[in-house]
Amino acid sequence: MNNAMDFLLWVRGPAFDVAVAVFVIGVLMRLLEIFLLGRRPNLSEARGSQVGPGLKTVATRFLAESGTLRRALFIVIGGYVFHLGFFIILLLFVPHIELIHATFGIEWAGLPTPVVDIITVVTLVALIALLGYRLAHPVLRFLSGFEDYLVWVLTFLPLVTGYLAFHRLVNPYSLVLGLHILSVEILLILFPFTKLMHTFTTFLARWYNGAMAGRRGVES
Amino acid sequence: MTEAKTLGETLRRQGVSRRGFLKFCAATASVMALPPSMVPVMAAALEKARRPSVIWLSFQECTGCTESLTRSHAPTLEGLIFDFISLDYHHTLQAASGDAAEAARETAMHENFGRYLLVVDGSLPNDNNGYSTIAGVSNLDMLKQAAEGAAAVIAVGSCAAFGGLPHAAPNPTGAVPVSEIIHDKPLINISGCPPIPVVISGVLAHFLTFGRLPELDALNRPLAFFGQSIHDRCYRRPFYDKGLFAETFDDEGAKKGWCLYRLGCKGPMTYNACATTKWNQGVSWPIEAGHGCLGCSEPNFWDAGGFYRALSVPTADIARTAGYAAAAGLALGAAAGVMNRRKTSTAVEQHETVTVDDLEKS
Repeated sequence: MNNAMDFLLWVRGPAFDVAVAVFVIGVLMRLLEIFLLGRRPNLSEARGSQVGPGLKTVATRFLAESGTLRRALFIVIGGYVFHLGFFIILLLFVPHIELIHATFGIEWAGLPTPVVDIITVVTLVALIALLGYRLAHPVLRFLSGFEDYLVWVLTFLPLVTGYLAFHRLVNPYSLVLGLHILSVEILLILFPFTKLMHTFTTFLARWYNGAMAGRRGVES
Repeated sequence: MTEAKTLGETLRRQGVSRRGFLKFCAATASVMALPPSMVPVMAAALEKARRPSVIWLSFQECTGCTESLTRSHAPTLEGLIFDFISLDYHHTLQAASGDAAEAARETAMHENFGRYLLVVDGSLPNDNNGYSTIAGVSNLDMLKQAAEGAAAVIAVGSCAAFGGLPHAAPNPTGAVPVSEIIHDKPLINISGCPPIPVVISGVLAHFLTFGRLPELDALNRPLAFFGQSIHDRCYRRPFYDKGLFAETFDDEGAKKGWCLYRLGCKGPMTYNACATTKWNQGVSWPIEAGHGCLGCSEPNFWDAGGFYRALSVPTADIARTAGYAAAAGLALGAAAGVMNRRKTSTAVEQHETVTVDDLEKS
């Protein structure tokens, strides 16, 4: 690898292949393993359906409880801002849509780039604020381990390198675009083996909670 | 052969006014991003400069670089400057051929040893010397011999600068750029497929003025021309910033001149002066003609994943990879599930119950 172009071609080629392979294998393997573990058979008579309450809980848990809101308003708002921002950038920035279109053949309208730009800044600020809060809060800090900081970095890097690439703040552009793609590849590779798996397992957990409560005929 | 006349004398003999000459100097200085104070310096230096001997070697190339230079600039002052170097060997352009041509090259090399400029277009086959020869001399040997007495080496075109098309996968001749063969001479890469003519004349003027090559970027290209990307100077850039993109070559967006990013324009990663100098004497350039930039002045642009795929799209076949990976992931997940079940049933089987009698015995 002699120059930035070779680097860019490497991250767009073989490295992307490896990252996607590890990501897909890891995520599907872990999810299927969780599914197959199943639950202990419940021999009691069902007092209600599982499907309706299960799906309902998947949806209702998007809203924080009033108690949580009171006690951790900052985390709820910061978390929401960062998560929404992250997905807007990921799914509505035109170059990203172009990647999805080229890979899966589906596409949708993107947002004007200055809007994505502002959202990126807000998302970065939210992430930094959440990290600051985590470090400043004694209990949160006590509960945080290496992995918590690792997943923060893994999430932060694609955003910050993407921002640098979009504004062309590093020369040559092929280097900073390459670093952006590389940071996404590192995220993809470590995703299945870290807490980032919550992207999928959150919904599984909500489903089980709702379905179990539904079977017992209680509210979840 | 190199003549004793200075450039100033020759220009006046050709009927070029001093005013015209100064205009050329000012244009060259500005295009090279030199300060205005350099214009008289350049004029004085060029005025006194003796025609330097230039030897032009063509290796694995398509002659497009020569076409670009000769066709588009013949009527301009850059063309005149081209006349006022002593082009002692260029086997496409020179009248002599065969032994006479090779003799001209050897004479020029001998007479101007240590002073001539060596221009190279085309890459060099490194796998087998026999892949490309001129008058029975391999490209590799000819380059090494000619570089020995050169004051500087100018690699013209992406083939000479980075390997270009011959270097593209699977690179059957083991093509390499000049920079991998010549290490002990000042080397400048004027990349592009083909390169912009004014870049060549600008570099030559700079060399005649200052006696050295201009400031270079990380890829040995003259910063004055390769310092900014196509994207940064593109007149369609406001559409990129607004998020307005042509999605096909004949849709409304294309007709309105919107950004060509989604159609595979490589402008964001490409450093060249097309957007400012344009082509065909400033008539137009690829993006103005409605086609995205191919990135031809960057290394390995042939292998950059297709001219019509957006820069953000991976070059690898991700859908296929994801398909195989999904199958592998499900298989591994199922295997893990079976192992977990076996572990549970073994644990159940081996579970020993303890009765009150057992406890009383001990």
